[in-house]
Amino acid sequence: MTRAAHGPVQVQGEVLSNKRAGAYQHLTLVAAGVAERFRPGSRVALAVGGGLSDRMLRRAFPIHRARATGAYRSTVEVVFPVTEDGEAWLAARAPGAAVDVVGPVGRPYALPKEPVACTLAGHAHAAAPLFSLAERLRERGCPVHMVLGGATEKDLFGALEAKRAVKTVIVTTEDGSVGVRGDIASVLPELLTRSGSDVVYAAGPAPILHRVAAAAEQHGAWSQTALETGPVCVSGSCLTCVVPVVGEDGVSRMVRSCVEGPVFRGDRVRWADLGTVPEDSFGAPRPEARR
Amino acid sequence: MSADLTTHLGELTLANPVMVAAGCAAGRDLEPFGELEDLGALVTRSVTLDPRAGGPPPRAVETPGGLLHGTGLQGNGLQGFLATELPWLAQRRVRTVVSIAGQNLGEWAELARRVGLSPGVAAVEVNLAWPTGAAARDSYQAGKIVAAVRRDMPRGVIVLAKVAPEVHHVVDVARAVVKAGADGVVVGHGLPGLALDPRTLRPALGTGTGDLSGPAVHAVALRCIWEVHAALPQVEIVGCGGVRTGLDALAMLAAGARAVQVGTTVLHDPGAPARIVAELHAELSSRGLTCVADAVGLAHLPEGEPR
Repeated sequence: MTRAAHGPVQVQGEVLSNKRAGAYQHLTLVAAGVAERFRPGSRVALAVGGGLSDRMLRRAFPIHRARATGAYRSTVEVVFPVTEDGEAWLAARAPGAAVDVVGPVGRPYALPKEPVACTLAGHAHAAAPLFSLAERLRERGCPVHMVLGGATEKDLFGALEAKRAVKTVIVTTEDGSVGVRGDIASVLPELLTRSGSDVVYAAGPAPILHRVAAAAEQHGAWSQTALETGPVCVSGSCLTCVVPVVGEDGVSRMVRSCVEGPVFRGDRVRWADLGTVPEDSFGAPRPEARR
Repeated sequence: MSADLTTHLGELTLANPVMVAAGCAAGRDLEPFGELEDLGALVTRSVTLDPRAGGPPPRAVETPGGLLHGTGLQGNGLQGFLATELPWLAQRRVRTVVSIAGQNLGEWAELARRVGLSPGVAAVEVNLAWPTGAAARDSYQAGKIVAAVRRDMPRGVIVLAKVAPEVHHVVDVARAVVKAGADGVVVGHGLPGLALDPRTLRPALGTGTGDLSGPAVHAVALRCIWEVHAALPQVEIVGCGGVRTGLDALAMLAAGARAVQVGTTVLHDPGAPARIVAELHAELSSRGLTCVADAVGLAHLPEGEPR
């Protein structure tokens, strides 16, 4: 059948390399067709445990880099911390091992049509997709500034690489062990003014993204925020990763962060209501009818 | 020998016995992963009369061999379904079974009437587990609901009733829904379950408790199919519960089902339906079974006895 060129594909991937990179695992997979469709911000969803696995959900990671024309043809790279046994299984796959890959999944970062200044802010490993985003933005003539943060120095991801790649890099740590003390949102007011950024691209935990979106709003910049999700189904059918988002029509709906996200406009996400079904969202029970 | 995969539910002919279960696919979500028109049938998410925002997250958590979930039937309601989702499926000639979920007999009747009159509906599946699960295991309530649906359903639309896989009730409920006018019985809702967050030791789902599905429930569903077929051999059964291979599907046929539904496995492996059809074909052929009917109920016969 003729498949849409932008939709995801399901392929039997193969581990090309699997390395520890500081606090994180850096996994490179050969996965035909994924890199060709990749746009920064979209993700891959990896089955864990092999063919007889009793794990029914996939692990979704933002794509760090995708190469459609390397020596191994189509490869994708992901970066993740090992926090549970599905991730541990992935981290233990030797080169040559098979991993079932679906990707690219989800809505990527929207790119500006004009060569405007952009600030990219990422917390810990969530910053992984910002590097390929920076490349795409520079190709369009956008001046790129970057903020990389972590709770402490060892949580930082990609600071050296960023210094080679973009105009300004600010490093933040919440304990002040390196760079500016604070999180990635705390340095934005000053940086956005100084750089004249029109767009903020961000990735990290929701409370930090909430503050990033607020800082962008205050400055009059657009923000594009990539949410993290736990294990997911892969098609959006399970309706479990929903978040309340305000639509173009002003109505809040519970939308799926796996396929309708992970990237949302920061001013559309109802940050304070995450984890709930707001009473005024589409289809929410009327107060007297609530059971 | 190449086996014929065609199967029948009442007057409905399916090209193969593998259906996608309710709640596991809006057609558009699965489109990138396979030919939807090659499915035996696709069962839609349960359609409610009014739009529903669904329950609070988290809505799903992995359990050993399974998925515990509680989505609260999020959906756009009947009007949205008839305006967008159903025409999309009809246009692609996907054999569509519409799952309906009412909260009282008036809602059931209205859902039946409006869905039944819409083009592109091969069958409806009555989600008896909504809203409390009680009707799916209570033969009196189940019969009343199915009678209300049947009364308002145009002739020619097959009515399937989805009952709970509870071995002590399933035969009674199956008997009641067939008496009330159901053309067939879908055996296998999720089983009531609970998972705790390992950090907080509090319920992991936003709804507290949930429904367990996936390979973990396969043997339970198989037992229920077996019981219904043994007690009511004329009743047409669709098996649902933890199917992930062609052999799992064949086991359900052998226990007495004429078709199977694949649910949680599709969430995990969106290409699974086509694979399971191919595996089932190979399983039948390698055993010298020429058609699906040859396999139905086979497990109830002594080994070596010709049909």
